[in-house]
Amino acid sequence: MTTTHDEHEVTVEPRFVIKPKDINEEISWAQINEDVLRSLERPRPLYWIIFFGSLGLFCWGIYCEIYQYQTGLGVAALENPQMWGLYIATFIFWIGMSHSGTLLSAILLIMHADWRKPIYRFAEAMTTFSLMTAGLFVLVHLGRIWQFYYVVAYPNERWAWPNFNSPLAWDATAIGTYLTTSIIFLYFGMIPDLAICRDNATGFRRTFYVVMSLGWKGTDWQWANFRVTYLTLACLLIPLAVSVHSIVATDFAVSQQPGWHTTSFPPYFVAGALYSGCAAIITLFIILRYTFRFEQYMTIPILEKLCKLTFAISMIWTYLNFVEYASVWYGTDEYAKQALIYRATGQYAGWWWAMNILGSIVPFALTFKALRTHIPSMMVVSLLLNLGMWIERFMIVTPTFAHGYYPWTWTDHWWPNWVQVGLILGSFGWFTMLFMLFCKIFPSVSMYEVKEMVYHRARARKAPAPQPAQIPRPAEG
Amino acid sequence: MSFDNLFSNWSKLRQRRPQADQYEEAPYKWAMVIDLDACMGCNACTTACYAENNLAVVGKERFGAGQAMHWLRIERYWGEGTELTQEFPEQGAQFLPMLCQQCEAAPCEIVCPVGATHHTADGLNSQVYNRCVGSRYCSANCPYKVRYFNFFNYPDSAWPSPLEQQLNPDVTVRTKGVMEKCTFCVQRLTEAKSKARTEHRLVRDGEVLTACAQACPTSAIHFGNLADSSSQVARMWKAQQVQLSAYPQKKNGQIEETERLGEQVEFAPYPQKKDEQKEETEQLGETREKLRGYRVLEDLRTYPSVVYLERLRSTEV
Repeated sequence: MTTTHDEHEVTVEPRFVIKPKDINEEISWAQINEDVLRSLERPRPLYWIIFFGSLGLFCWGIYCEIYQYQTGLGVAALENPQMWGLYIATFIFWIGMSHSGTLLSAILLIMHADWRKPIYRFAEAMTTFSLMTAGLFVLVHLGRIWQFYYVVAYPNERWAWPNFNSPLAWDATAIGTYLTTSIIFLYFGMIPDLAICRDNATGFRRTFYVVMSLGWKGTDWQWANFRVTYLTLACLLIPLAVSVHSIVATDFAVSQQPGWHTTSFPPYFVAGALYSGCAAIITLFIILRYTFRFEQYMTIPILEKLCKLTFAISMIWTYLNFVEYASVWYGTDEYAKQALIYRATGQYAGWWWAMNILGSIVPFALTFKALRTHIPSMMVVSLLLNLGMWIERFMIVTPTFAHGYYPWTWTDHWWPNWVQVGLILGSFGWFTMLFMLFCKIFPSVSMYEVKEMVYHRARARKAPAPQPAQIPRPAEG
Repeated sequence: MSFDNLFSNWSKLRQRRPQADQYEEAPYKWAMVIDLDACMGCNACTTACYAENNLAVVGKERFGAGQAMHWLRIERYWGEGTELTQEFPEQGAQFLPMLCQQCEAAPCEIVCPVGATHHTADGLNSQVYNRCVGSRYCSANCPYKVRYFNFFNYPDSAWPSPLEQQLNPDVTVRTKGVMEKCTFCVQRLTEAKSKARTEHRLVRDGEVLTACAQACPTSAIHFGNLADSSSQVARMWKAQQVQLSAYPQKKNGQIEETERLGEQVEFAPYPQKKDEQKEETEQLGETREKLRGYRVLEDLRTYPSVVYLERLRSTEV
């Protein structure tokens, strides 16, 4: 930065020197368009393996659901007192997954963290689809799915409202609002990119993108309105995201059961949600990077930043987890203490310890640069973290049912059967299928924001002559 | 549907919540006393309940899987150090009939998303099958786990023809996916109340009994109207010094002035008061036998409507 090409150039102080680049700044705008639009055409074969694999899982889940619907919930090994099984645990898991999309797309937008730009689009899509999956779990869990609309608060001719005291009625409202806002936010942020797709498409695809891009021309007036609206939506989405998982936490905190009746649950759940969501973003980052040849955009520096963010959140989660244990341990509620001891030593002790190790110790792998930059290791670590967070939800729900207040109902034998496991696998299939379809139909990297990145950097650096590209473009095929 | 209707409907929402001194002037408050000293675990009450309330017989396999539908169950407990013999495994067992406690501050009521379980004016914790969507949150929050879920469509299998002929026509048969629980035989109560109303009087003590109370051979289960201070149940509750609700009690039909101003409101939650009374009676040298009433998991402040009388009889008898 010390060499000057222009005698009027001011020497840049070291603290203003731009840090290692997130993406190669020498990519031209046309190149960005070409690369991203290519993802809508022919992905690598792995894409189809994942897509059809998840379609198969989804069909299996549909079969399980039809069987359960026709026969009754008893086929899912539910019993008294194990009334919820894995459905609610997995519901919380999916709700949690949905939070990091908002973190990346809205919170980091407001904080002007530029590195989010190439990856926020798919994170936001992950938010939407995991919320849909979570909604499915609420339905699958109901004894009478066909009456689910009783839970929704809407004026009706029967004058029958839901019970507004119940956290489940709050849930229905909060999730509905969050899902609607997420879809609008995702779609709205995509409009300029859809216009690019429209300009490059032919045939029925063109018709589709013409409709979807809502007549976007890219005029100054449109951009000005777009910016304001997008920022407003982002500001609206952030409190919604926090409130949704807080409300899911109140499903437990409001109830009276030992192990659930904890005031620290809402922040604990939000931290857990961000944690599992970040881990899921790392997983999808790696998959997309490979299948759609996004090596230019989903770069190692961005992965590193994502890993650091995940590590920070994992430590917050660890702290809140510890706070929960400590407040129970030093509290006066003997039942809650017994429930905690049961978790650590009872039937599900192995899972409890696995959760603590996966959730609090494995993230320390993220502190090593060698691991952070090694993609296969990151795949393994992110999957492990997500497994740990799923077990966390399992450990919140199940042991309390197994070891509640009333000794006569203590059970030690409960275990889910194939219907429950099938439905959970089916939900993963449904999510992955939708996500993969999304990435094939819509641009999963935000073209216009990546262009901003390149543009701003080029202007900010100003002085030095263009340097050769540091990140080689991948070979075709 | 007009907006006027809509808003008036909003304003009436949950007006029927249990309120302070709701039963001071109410005609009915159904309650129960179960004398564990008299209970010998014969299961007659359970059988009567099955017959009265159209409970599905689920079969051995589903019973073992925890999917039984017994609204009233006899629990067996063995004291610490009891040796269980192969020959007489029941020996030394103590019994506790457990049914829905019809709590005044019921944990199940606040969490039901659709309000399918709610409090009736005569103190019952009722379950509306038509409204239930089967979220099972009520069961999750019930400390006693006395709510039973229709995991299967039991009417298909529980009463093969001609057994359906013995179903009680006053009680519905529940479909799959709804929660159900002890109703204190609400069909009998409704019938007795309407009969009394046609005769312009209140239901007399002993005029109506739940099926379990009727079937109990040792009269361990007492059922009656707590609002009627001369009823047997009310006298037993009073003798055991069980206070119904946590709210300040009315004196002469009115809350005292100081209490109304909130200056010296002494909430006298029942357990403390009972402990005080217990200490007093013990100081007076009286035996503890006179005060053996308790409610299950009282410290959760659910205020159940069922009082159990402690067992004093030794196991050898």
